[in-house]
Amino acid sequence: MKPLTAQEIFEKLKGKFGAAVVELQAEGFNPPFVVVAPGSIQAIGRFLKEDPELLFGSLMCTSGVDYKDKFAVAYHLHSMKLGHKIGIKAFLPHDNPSIPTVDVVWKAAIYQERETYDLVGIVFEGSCDPNRILLPDDWEGHPLRKDYKYPEQYHGIKI
Amino acid sequence: MTEQTKEALRTDEWTINMGPHHPATHGVLRVELTTDGEIVSKARPSLGYLHRGMEKIGERVTWGQFMPFTDRVDYLAGMNCNCTYAWAVEKLAKIEVPERAEWIRVLVCELNRISSHLVGWGSFCADMGAFTPFVYAIREREWVNDLFEMLCGQRLTYNYARIGGVSHDLPPGFLGKVKEFCDYFEPLIDEYNNLITYNKILVHRLKHLAVISGEDAIEWGLAGPNLRGSGVSFDVRKDDPYSVYPKLDFKVVVGHADRGTLGDCFDRYLCRIDEMRESVKIIRQVVAQIPDGPVRAKVPRVFKPPAGECYFRAENPRGEHGYFLISDGGTNAYRMKIRTGSYMAMNIFEKVSRGLMISDIPALIGSFDIILPETDR
Amino acid sequence: MSQDPAKPKTKPIKSNIFDIVPAPKELPKNVLQKNFERVRGTCAGGEGFVQVGIADLFINWCRKSSLWYLFYATACCGIELMQGGASKYDFDRFGAVFRATPRQADMLLVCGTISHKMAERVQRLYHQMPEPKWVVAIGACTITGGPFYKDSYCVVKGVDLILPKVDVYVPGCPPRPEAFIEGIMNLQKLIMQTKNFGGQKA
Repeated sequence: MKPLTAQEIFEKLKGKFGAAVVELQAEGFNPPFVVVAPGSIQAIGRFLKEDPELLFGSLMCTSGVDYKDKFAVAYHLHSMKLGHKIGIKAFLPHDNPSIPTVDVVWKAAIYQERETYDLVGIVFEGSCDPNRILLPDDWEGHPLRKDYKYPEQYHGIKI
Repeated sequence: MTEQTKEALRTDEWTINMGPHHPATHGVLRVELTTDGEIVSKARPSLGYLHRGMEKIGERVTWGQFMPFTDRVDYLAGMNCNCTYAWAVEKLAKIEVPERAEWIRVLVCELNRISSHLVGWGSFCADMGAFTPFVYAIREREWVNDLFEMLCGQRLTYNYARIGGVSHDLPPGFLGKVKEFCDYFEPLIDEYNNLITYNKILVHRLKHLAVISGEDAIEWGLAGPNLRGSGVSFDVRKDDPYSVYPKLDFKVVVGHADRGTLGDCFDRYLCRIDEMRESVKIIRQVVAQIPDGPVRAKVPRVFKPPAGECYFRAENPRGEHGYFLISDGGTNAYRMKIRTGSYMAMNIFEKVSRGLMISDIPALIGSFDIILPETDR
Repeated sequence: MSQDPAKPKTKPIKSNIFDIVPAPKELPKNVLQKNFERVRGTCAGGEGFVQVGIADLFINWCRKSSLWYLFYATACCGIELMQGGASKYDFDRFGAVFRATPRQADMLLVCGTISHKMAERVQRLYHQMPEPKWVVAIGACTITGGPFYKDSYCVVKGVDLILPKVDVYVPGCPPRPEAFIEGIMNLQKLIMQTKNFGGQKA
């Protein structure tokens, strides 16, 4: 088994999932991103992990991004056995961004998704631990959103 | 025993709080322990007591201005964090770094790896109750602090790397002093092994404790010595190399069930000790091979990398340290995500701590060698 | 009798103490009463007929020579605290040993950034320490919020926003262990000026 290029991975995913795989963002993206529909992220994740030519067993990083008109969740995957890397991105609408969780596929996603929910406000449906992690439980708002206004005070202490 | 006695003597689980101020939690970590007598049935870590909003700060200051903040993400490995951020921005903006700067970066990164592992080792032994290794570790660390003070004036938060190179060249006599330090330190690793590593009490406390299999370690996102202690031979410097590491000869230290089961606390502990040895080997090679030349590439004063997204990772003492940078062509980052090794170690903490004794919890936290600013950012 | 220039004129030596020390206006007869009046003017408060000058000195000397600090280390300054407690800089020679529990500590060295989630816990630690207690704010983060002053949303901009008093501020990011020692020595000077039995505070 040899490492595949981003184009080959994209074509393989497109062949299996069809319309759920939207496009490949290659120019200016390192590693390139395969944009997928949010609803099928669990099935795509399972395929990426278990297919013998892909074997993406390691979820390096999950990030939530606020692109002002939409949100996105970006997953960076790596295969320790085959050595290739890819990014998976799912765009979400600006009001009520939510996406099924992938912590059933990669357990590393548990804390990464908690942090994304806490700081960006993206809800992960079916998550085994959908709580805030870094900010206090009674914090209002999600700081990494672009329209976040810093509060005046928290529990009487000036911010 | 009669029914009445049994009813009167029923046992309950007890929830106690460990932290956030606790001498054995390596910082402000809070663990909610639910215990049945001495045995922990659930240990849920509660993070965020040192959350400082680094990622938001990254969006509000310029690319160059963020460099001092990277020190504060992992202050025991400040040089490593500086260099990782610099490498990530250079990958995004496709900047060519001069050869000498890359060698200097590797040199300071490996020196910092030694000093970070020393503190990890020292405080781990102090948590076990052995205070002497802690004092020895801090004493050896003073050597590295003196070297860094000679280099950049600071003992802890260096701010030495710059986008495009390093801040300034090595002072005269620095490489001689580094070689002196290597000659002094290498035999001490064996001395400290004789002192504490194979001590019967330490071995008995750590062997077979909190075993993490290789598959679990990969699945739960562990990195660095925590991953290699479980037998997985993966080191970013070898398997996804960057900078001048392909030109250097060193071994990837993997756990090998030295005293207990593969993947227990003792294996993770030994990985760190042996990694210090490998770091000394790397430093000797760098001192012998470092070329002359400029130490900084020409980068515009108002630095605006082209629009794009990039993920870069490096091998920090605590594992894989990654930056996901999104640039929109402006002076500030559009989004900056910092992926750290300590955060993923807390991920597996709850699963692994079930069934341990209360006194094993500090041993477990110490064997993961977490540091709270890296966990909380 | 004419004066001999070789022999200077000398006053006869009297045994009365008030020829050496200027006498106060109203002079009590008793010698002990005289000394008491003289000392009372320089002493604390002067309430009652108790000589407290030496007691103050003794109590303050005991307290400053044995300042046990709470091992409270949040962030980077905590590592310099550990370096200070170890063999090269050695706080122990000032009598300062670390205690893990606030119940046995005199001094709270606040080292490291305080986030909003942690603020309440710092207050609780402070209130758990028994009197007398002193607070030393170490590092830029505890003085004003440090590098996180401008852009962070969850850092307390200075530990004096949450604690009732801070005695010494030690700037630096992080301050060297020598700066820690200077802070502790300044605190010791402050302690030596404390009036324990009333009177004007230093």
